Amino acid sequence: MTSTSQNGRPAAAPAEETLRVRVWRGQADGAFEDFAVPRRASQTVLDVVTEIQRAQDPTLSYRFACRVGMCGSCAMVVNGRPRWTCRTRVSEAVDGDILVLEPLRNLPIVKDLTVDMVPFFEKWRDAHGAFEPGEAPPSDFAPVRPDSPKRKAADAGVECINCGVCYSACDVVAWNKDYLGPAALNRAWTLVNDERDRGNAARLAAVSGDVGCHSCHSHMSCTEFCPKDLAPTYAIAGLKRATAPSPIGRLLALLVKS
Amino acid sequence: MNPLLYMAQRGTAALLALAVAVHLATMVHAVRGGLSATEILSRTAGNGWFLAFYCVFVCAAAIHAPIGLRSVIREWTGWRSRSLDMAMLAFATAILVLGLRAALAVYQPGGLVP
Repeated sequence: MTSTSQNGRPAAAPAEETLRVRVWRGQADGAFEDFAVPRRASQTVLDVVTEIQRAQDPTLSYRFACRVGMCGSCAMVVNGRPRWTCRTRVSEAVDGDILVLEPLRNLPIVKDLTVDMVPFFEKWRDAHGAFEPGEAPPSDFAPVRPDSPKRKAADAGVECINCGVCYSACDVVAWNKDYLGPAALNRAWTLVNDERDRGNAARLAAVSGDVGCHSCHSHMSCTEFCPKDLAPTYAIAGLKRATAPSPIGRLLALLVKS
Repeated sequence: MNPLLYMAQRGTAALLALAVAVHLATMVHAVRGGLSATEILSRTAGNGWFLAFYCVFVCAAAIHAPIGLRSVIREWTGWRSRSLDMAMLAFATAILVLGLRAALAVYQPGGLVP
């Protein structure tokens, strides 16, 4: 699979090397449709989808933008695993010659491989995933040392590209549709560690309870599948620690009252 | 899960890890040592440490198990109403009553049941 043509571009593999591709068509009540695509050197899963759409069936719907792993648009379930398809080579996703492509799980299917990301981003909002500067602007710069524990904790999760892979992989989201999910909780944790943010009381309240960090089972699917190698499980564990004083405080207050 | 329930469940899990280990080790030690039921009861009867240990054990189990069961039921079934909380309270009470009754019976053989 490493052959190149004289101009240095990847050349088509021999004709007998064909990839069988099963693609989900329609919405939730849809079905798989089979295609055949020539295997090529360094071919990505997104290349395969694009080849089907441009050469075989222009009605195939899917989503992509940057092709270089920055925008988080092209995530799909590839042979059972949620992946970013632009940075996933067919050779690493396929065991044999069958590629099975499905839309991300836990999100409504718009059509074929395209899902509605609105619930995903609504949960970012619900988890107070936006920076909160406070009512009055700060009088001076906030000094943040690069080696401070809070800065390191924020750095560990800040590279999320919102691809939805973790959300698709999360069992708790599948069980509880209101659960905020790993990406939103990871985002909340980066802001909890932002020295400049002034919205943590409301944020910690929003990420607690049935819809928040306390419902996480620590299955670590989000951490296993994150294409950016982030660890939302540890971000969620951080939120559990950050919210711990509040129930303990309430318990103590209850005991003191009685 | 409610944060207070979460902390209660994790806290009692830590207690149970210790209590179950001590319980199993003691049980295996007693059985392998060839003690009969009568001999075991003669050692546990009137032993305040034994009673205190099992009271803590039972209380931890009565808090821990219903919270976990509540989560499983909420996630795997559609039962999420207040009646579930009531059912889990009843479950907790049952564990507490039966467990404390058993601990007291071994502390004070023949004292509870006529």
